Amino acid sequence: MSARANKDVKVLQGNEACAIGAIAAGVNFFAGYPITPSSEVAEFMARHLPLIGGRFIQMEDEIASIAAIIGASIAGSRSMTATSGPGFSLMQENLGLACLAEIPCVIINVQRAGPSTGLPTQPAQADVMQTRWGTHGDHAIIALAPSTVLECIELTVTSVSLSEKYRTPVVLLLDEVIGHMRESVTLPAAGSYHCDSRTVPEGDEEDYRPAACVGDEVATLARFGGPHRFHVTGLTHDPHGFPTMVPHEVDAKIHWIVEKIESRADQLAMNEEFMVEDCEVLLFSYGSTARVAKASVRQLRDQGIKAGLLRVKTIWPLSGKRLKELAPQLKTIVVPEMNMGQLVLEVERIVAGVAPVRHLGRVDGRLFTPDQITEFVRGEVSA
Amino acid sequence: MSKAIETARTYLKPHKKLPTVWCGGCGLGVIMSSLLRVISKLEIPKNDIATVSGIGCTGRMPTYVDSNTLHTTHGRALAFATGVKLASPKLHVIAAMGDGDALAIGGNHFIHACRRNIDITAIVANNCIYGMTGGQYSPTTPHGKRGTTAPYGNVEHEFDASALAAGAGASFVARTSVYHVRELDKLLEAAIKHRGFSVVEVMSNCYTSYGRLNKYKSPVDMFRWMKENSVTLKQAETMSPEELEGKFTRGVFVENYMPEFIQVYDALAEQLTTDSAAAVSQLRETIKRYEQLGDRLKTRVG
Repeated sequence: MSARANKDVKVLQGNEACAIGAIAAGVNFFAGYPITPSSEVAEFMARHLPLIGGRFIQMEDEIASIAAIIGASIAGSRSMTATSGPGFSLMQENLGLACLAEIPCVIINVQRAGPSTGLPTQPAQADVMQTRWGTHGDHAIIALAPSTVLECIELTVTSVSLSEKYRTPVVLLLDEVIGHMRESVTLPAAGSYHCDSRTVPEGDEEDYRPAACVGDEVATLARFGGPHRFHVTGLTHDPHGFPTMVPHEVDAKIHWIVEKIESRADQLAMNEEFMVEDCEVLLFSYGSTARVAKASVRQLRDQGIKAGLLRVKTIWPLSGKRLKELAPQLKTIVVPEMNMGQLVLEVERIVAGVAPVRHLGRVDGRLFTPDQITEFVRGEVSA
Repeated sequence: MSKAIETARTYLKPHKKLPTVWCGGCGLGVIMSSLLRVISKLEIPKNDIATVSGIGCTGRMPTYVDSNTLHTTHGRALAFATGVKLASPKLHVIAAMGDGDALAIGGNHFIHACRRNIDITAIVANNCIYGMTGGQYSPTTPHGKRGTTAPYGNVEHEFDASALAAGAGASFVARTSVYHVRELDKLLEAAIKHRGFSVVEVMSNCYTSYGRLNKYKSPVDMFRWMKENSVTLKQAETMSPEELEGKFTRGVFVENYMPEFIQVYDALAEQLTTDSAAAVSQLRETIKRYEQLGDRLKTRVG
């Protein structure tokens, strides 16, 4: 059968692919607010959710959107929203509530350039640190970054799965190019994507501890309307979920929400490696930039420079394992990012001087070109 | 055991320490006990109630009410409540908010919740001040009255919360005060029974943060003010604007039977599942393929 006739081959946009991934993962509630370049996700969900027994709502702003998905998740839904920089800024306070109260939900952030209104239709990777540190107070977050349209489907499913498994918000970081780019995608067979579900309490209501933080086991999550009544609060709370100011309970809670994620950095790490075995120059990259970096690796190899690419799909928590293993063999690590230097700070911290780390930033709203990265690497190598 | 004690034992969380965080003389306890009486009278199972709040003194109400309870961020109770209700429509969703919470930081959510007509009961405890933070002026602090951030009298003019709700399209709007307890019971009952978005504005008193700054001698003095300065809608009909100056009206301002959001949405969804138009059946087929990419069974919302 020719590809044209094959119904499973589709030309999809990254944003649509995220919505498809959400459907595959069983997302049945979406609340959002229009914003370029993410609106297609909301449009897709508005069109499709009523057909499968789900519900869509357009809220009055992004603050309300994330509030609604957290509320829906507490009532048992798998819920998601999508936005871009300005909207993501507005979501920060409630993102913190989801972190502290351990409510699963997924936020797709299709990054655009510039602070403030910036360049709504141009790509950037400038929300990496906002994703990690944007909400106030100590917390941790999971953030993933796809590089292809197919990966938008896969990593949306993974985002839902991880949010359910670890009772945490998960941020999927696209950029405008990944969100709007169309690629040919062959849909995998039915049942290809695994998605975890939160565990629900089974015992007596009196024994239920919705906010237990014992060992490394994530507490079960009941649902409003189910057999267990429970309390959810953005105040620091005890294992019952009620506000506490008792120092050891507060300390345990904060350690728990940070460590349940940070301690699993290696386990959560998803990387793609390209020609790293013998490489002396490592390009460390993610998102659409990694596609360009890969082309640059080929160019550099043609020119006799032993380059390789380490592409991270899991941005937060960022595992240092592979970087530390590779560092001793490297003459330099180059981190191209569409920002003024964000994830490079983590790379520097992890590598800790074992190899020099160089940042190549681009903030003019345009993608890197392979030539630009290649030229920069050549300059570093010959220096 | 008296009825009041029985209600309290049944509908207050058993392991929460009392007294509440609220100061002596505060009206919030009156509102909460009225809510408990109504829930008890309507015999709503506790598991079928979700009490949602934002931040502030009123925000603490869910901590005590024995139901599913959600204490959210400042101003956002209705946005969270919207998600809860859409995910689980069988729940009676009650949002308890103060005036600052509902009308200042949460003002945008408030008007849009009124407009959408989702079946949520919104209680606005209006004590004309930010109590928890110590008495700063709020959107309902009357012009000229004092707050810690209006030390020489409020320069701004206040909102009429009920008029705002009516203007924004709420299908049930009523107002009373914590002095008029029987009326409060009646109005809360009507609001909870109403299918659609309902707002009950309850004029309340904060002696600690508002009363003392504005020369009230005691909480009782404030209750007296409510008694003497409120009129029923019926009484108001025969009064001139001059006579009504400085007084608030009580009663049901709006009671419209409008299609509720979820009813309308679900009816549309139902139509789509049987729509024989080629475009729709094509859409159904594609979505099925997408759903099946995952290994989990189809989930439906409540």
